[in-house]
Amino acid sequence: MTPIDRILFGDNQFFGVNHMSEEKARSQQMRFRDTESIIKVLDNAYDRGIRSFMCTTHDEIGKIADHVAANPDRYEGFKFLPGMPYAHKYNNMVGELGVIDTIKAVAPGGVMEAMVRGAKSAVGRDVGQLMRMLVDAEMARFANVDTPVVFLQNVVADLLLGLGNYQIFADFVQYVNEKYEAEAGFFSMNMPAMVDALESVDITNPIIACNYNKIGFRMSGGIEAYDRKLEEKPVRCVAMSVLASGAIPPAEALEWVCERPLIESIVFGASSDANISSTVSLITEFDSTRASAA
Amino acid sequence: MHRIGLVGVGKMGLSHLALVRAHPELDCVAVCDSQAFMLAGVRSQVGVDTYKSFDTMIEEANLDAVIISTPTSSHFNLAKTALENDLSVFVEKPLTLTTAQSRELAELAERKGLANQVGYHNRFIGTFRETARLVEAGAIGRVHHIDGRAFGQVVTKADGGGRTWRAKKTEGGGCLHDYACHVIDLMNFVAGPPDEVVSGRLGQVHSTDVEDSVYALFGYSDGAVGTLETNWSDESYRKMSTSVTIYGTHGKIFADRQECRLYLKPGHSFEKFEDGWNIRYITELQEPVDFYIRGEEYSSQIDAFAAAIGGNPSPQAGTFTTAAQADHIVEEIARLHETGPIVADPTTQAEPAGTKASKGIFRKLKDRV
Repeated sequence: MTPIDRILFGDNQFFGVNHMSEEKARSQQMRFRDTESIIKVLDNAYDRGIRSFMCTTHDEIGKIADHVAANPDRYEGFKFLPGMPYAHKYNNMVGELGVIDTIKAVAPGGVMEAMVRGAKSAVGRDVGQLMRMLVDAEMARFANVDTPVVFLQNVVADLLLGLGNYQIFADFVQYVNEKYEAEAGFFSMNMPAMVDALESVDITNPIIACNYNKIGFRMSGGIEAYDRKLEEKPVRCVAMSVLASGAIPPAEALEWVCERPLIESIVFGASSDANISSTVSLITEFDSTRASAA
Repeated sequence: MHRIGLVGVGKMGLSHLALVRAHPELDCVAVCDSQAFMLAGVRSQVGVDTYKSFDTMIEEANLDAVIISTPTSSHFNLAKTALENDLSVFVEKPLTLTTAQSRELAELAERKGLANQVGYHNRFIGTFRETARLVEAGAIGRVHHIDGRAFGQVVTKADGGGRTWRAKKTEGGGCLHDYACHVIDLMNFVAGPPDEVVSGRLGQVHSTDVEDSVYALFGYSDGAVGTLETNWSDESYRKMSTSVTIYGTHGKIFADRQECRLYLKPGHSFEKFEDGWNIRYITELQEPVDFYIRGEEYSSQIDAFAAAIGGNPSPQAGTFTTAAQADHIVEEIARLHETGPIVADPTTQAEPAGTKASKGIFRKLKDRV
């Protein structure tokens, strides 16, 4: 079991994702239109002691991975924790091509035909094969960097969770373990339900990245249900959206999360060295207060 | 537990299927689709009974309600059959392709006392709900202008979208039925439906069989004016972006998916809102849901449908009646695009047709003479 770093650096801010303001998202997108400007911020994060980059499989990230691979001395110990698939790419394809033609487009030769022909068992087998091919396609750009954890992105994970097909989760874990010698993780907006679903297919102590914030933003079932689940079952929980896209002041938000010892890691995004530095110091400070109190 | 049959396993259908499966009061017991591949996938991966025939599903599955997420051209027949069989009905938007059909369904559902709802999910977004509440409460005084917009990147290439039903007019494709109807229903939701559609224009950017943009002007009974602008070929948007601005005598409100900005003129503070700009974010305005896939609004609208089946309809959810109002406006925009302006500026008419656009108008006028 690879320990996950206490502090992880996220990438939403680089790709025009902001849950609270389109204007802010747009100005961030302008600022990070070239790879170099992203690398500069990553360098800041690295220099502040951050070693884990939790990222999407956006095309731009491939260039970052190349840069890190090309400068091993500069980025000693630097790790990528990719989440896949990159949802918008497929969402736009499904809108344009439809579900079936999207599968045809992303799945090379024969798989689709086999699925259409498919008897019940064949479809089941081929869905597994499709999953493995998609993972391979998304992982190709990380071939030369360290990827200790590979995440299944939340729209897909939560869709499967809702559909009730938990076997794919088990297949994903197994494939990522065997092929990439990595641990599998799951993004989810429904952490308590996800923990139970994973347990039902014998995945215990799962790595789950979920929203965890003082106002309960996008925590399905509410804060209490989340706290209770962590007390009930072992989960390696990565807290995200800790600031709820800026709705909670940083110190207040981070103190609240740091008071929860069952949260293993915190992922945050920032665009400036000042924000990276203050976030890291705040987490470190709250952690040491808790440690000395304990 | 209400027994649900789902028709059409495309992008929206899959999402509905997952939300229904996760819902404590709903049980998806049957799925119907015309594509054998999708049915095989649902049967083997989800473990739900599947049907190629809608009629057989209704006959055999002992349903309480159906969710219809098929191409729009098929909505009328499916919804009518379901209602005639005493089933509650949720239909993806728009309800049908004609006002007459939508009204017929609305009357049938009303007469039978069955739950009926259309997938206008903007009604479940906290920022838009707050906007509707503020307008209703009179926070900005008398409303004199309602502006609705939506932009996104659905069709970005010449043959883009050519393969799905969304690119075919006969099946209900096009920016008017797919994008603009959302904005129209949202404008109706926050400010009530207009009295008349004054003008409507459809534009093409890449598509050939359908329109990529929609522009319209509305008139309201109290003299207020509505403007509509939608374009699904705008690559500068990462995903569909919908917004509404309401101008009143005491201030104005701008709302999109993320925020609700309220401006109040001096001396017109309202509730806890002060003069000048006030901003409320989705993070504080959105009601939490029990299960989330890709937006609270998709979960909330299924919650509302479950409540409606159980006899507790939410007044804000919208019905076939409100959807028929949106369909009427859609139909009027299309009609006005075809017929063009009634009276043209005589100076324009006299000029030799220079640009392509003016040539089009000129020809139309000539045809009518």
